[in-house]
Amino acid sequence: MSAAGMSPAGMSPAGMSAGAGMTTEAVPMSQTDVRMDDTAGVRGDREATPGSAGRRRERLMVPKADFDSYYGRPVLNEPTWRAPDIAGYLFLGGLAGASSTLAAAAELTGRPRLARASKVGALCALGGSLYALIHDLGRPARFLNMLRVFKVTSPMSVGTWILTAYGPQAGAAAATGVTGLFPGLGRAATVGAAVTGPAVATYTAALICDTAVPAWHEGFREMPFLFAGSAAAAAGGLGLLAAPTAEAAPARRAALLGAAVECVAAARMERRLGALAEPLKRSRLLRLGEALVLAGAVAGVSAGRRSRLAAMAAGVALLAGSACTRFGIFQAGMESAGDPRYTVQPQRRRLAKERAERDLA
Amino acid sequence: MAFDLDERLDESRRVGFFTDTSICIGCKACEVACKEWNHVPDDGLEFTGWSYDNTVKLSADTWRHVAFVEQRKPLGHQEPGVGEMDFRWLMASDVCKHCTHAACLDVCPTGSLFRTEFGTVVVQPDVCNGCGYCVPACPFGVIGKRESDGVAAKCTLCYDRLGAGEEPACAKTCPTDSIQFGDLDELRERAERRLEQVRAAGTTSARLYGHDPGDGVGGTGAFFLLLDEPEVYGLPPDPVVTTRDLPSMWRHVAVAAVALLAGMAATAWRRRG
Ligand code: SF4
Ligand code: SF4
Repeated sequence: MSAAGMSPAGMSPAGMSAGAGMTTEAVPMSQTDVRMDDTAGVRGDREATPGSAGRRRERLMVPKADFDSYYGRPVLNEPTWRAPDIAGYLFLGGLAGASSTLAAAAELTGRPRLARASKVGALCALGGSLYALIHDLGRPARFLNMLRVFKVTSPMSVGTWILTAYGPQAGAAAATGVTGLFPGLGRAATVGAAVTGPAVATYTAALICDTAVPAWHEGFREMPFLFAGSAAAAAGGLGLLAAPTAEAAPARRAALLGAAVECVAAARMERRLGALAEPLKRSRLLRLGEALVLAGAVAGVSAGRRSRLAAMAAGVALLAGSACTRFGIFQAGMESAGDPRYTVQPQRRRLAKERAERDLA
Repeated sequence: MAFDLDERLDESRRVGFFTDTSICIGCKACEVACKEWNHVPDDGLEFTGWSYDNTVKLSADTWRHVAFVEQRKPLGHQEPGVGEMDFRWLMASDVCKHCTHAACLDVCPTGSLFRTEFGTVVVQPDVCNGCGYCVPACPFGVIGKRESDGVAAKCTLCYDRLGAGEEPACAKTCPTDSIQFGDLDELRERAERRLEQVRAAGTTSARLYGHDPGDGVGGTGAFFLLLDEPEVYGLPPDPVVTTRDLPSMWRHVAVAAVALLAGMAATAWRRRG
């Protein structure tokens, strides 16, 4: 058991040429047959104890840096999701889901034009969603492999099945709404899409939170509400944009309610996450999104009541605001994944807390 | 699946790696052997200037990665012989951890990732559709999506070799036995003994990483003896499988969805007229 330190001279390039698969002899699985002493029982190299040779002179210690990382590299691998596809999908999915619900509410309360506009809007947003989702795959042709399994541990799997339930109903609702054919079927599809729509709009929160990306994962308590609010604001915006003012009252209220919920959820999330909220707080997109959504909602319930033009402008602001929010959340997450600080420091803190609690007990 | 966090793999049949970084000499034979055996494409030849590390990280095209850290710290009570400076050179061969609670496997929507009869986690490249969900799910930054063919790839713990009674290529080639392959329970015992030995020899900063079945990922199938904090090697200090919080996430989503439905209904409360 002689001491062989880790001296730079130990780095022999000869080691590089040892390839696998060169030895064909069958050996017991847990041992290598390449060793100096030739007896499998004695593990010579393995027992080398680094740092045990000689005595070192005393010298001053280098103070420990307060944050360690491997050359500043992120701990996590960067998500491969592309912003236009996945952040775009977060927005479009929310718009589709909430619009379907708004459509049913409008239809059942005698607002046919708002209902029709929302149904068509939902179908278009759904089409965009599916395009974005499939476009983001590494192998788009294998999209249907998603339907091989149902896994409650995978929000993407659950989401695929939610979309499978929602899609045809949203399609039928829009088709019957526009053509006026099969009113019975249309009513059933409208109600069906309205019930599944909120699931489409909110499961996407679990989709991004169920990752190791710090800003997404840790925000999982508020994210579904933030997304629900943002979706309602977007659906309200679409209603304001496309329906006559006389029928747009539910859209105006949805926009106001959605904007309020979104902003409250975002504020709570930023407060709760502490230092982890930095990427969220820094995000200009998020601030712009909030400003647009709030301005749109307020304009909608004030000037938008009387002026069709003001209502349309408010609608555009709401839609743009909702999109900004989703892209902002997406980007803040990417930023938090790209900096090892956001991965390491909360984990360090957790360990320190656990240790302190153990010591106290 | 992680919803059943009390799930225990059949530990008696589980195999893994014990990577004892204290005897790693940084030869990168494991990186080469892995590439050769598994036909892993090249991952770019770039000069980073980070000691001897030019592979940078684990990814779809790097399944073993040797980290090199140069520190002005003493190694045990040894005289480094580089003038008036303390010096130690940490080297560690990193690999997929084959987690007990594997986030990549939990979130995979196609069932491409699966648990083998050896307790390891493997991608089926012919099933994967490249959704990329496993990539941000992995708390260790291991798995990646390959640009060339669009599917996810990572260490298979040489699934093909295990079936033939062979040990994985990296362990087979490692000239110092820094990478040891074997039955997990046996490896854990061996690691405990080794830790005591290294500590007794003066390297008190030595610690095991990933060996504890009580940690956030239920312990890993590939675990390590490290000479410094995990983050120094680019490893997370307290990794947690993201799906541990998923039941709570689903509850929050359900409440939000119902609230959205109710809220939208309320906006249309008064009939038009
Ligand atoms: S280390 Fe990452 S890729 Fe490997 S099994 Fe665990 S979660 Fe999956
Ligand atoms: S990229 Fe492939 S292996 Fe990874 S989660 Fe998606 S389908 Fe599964």
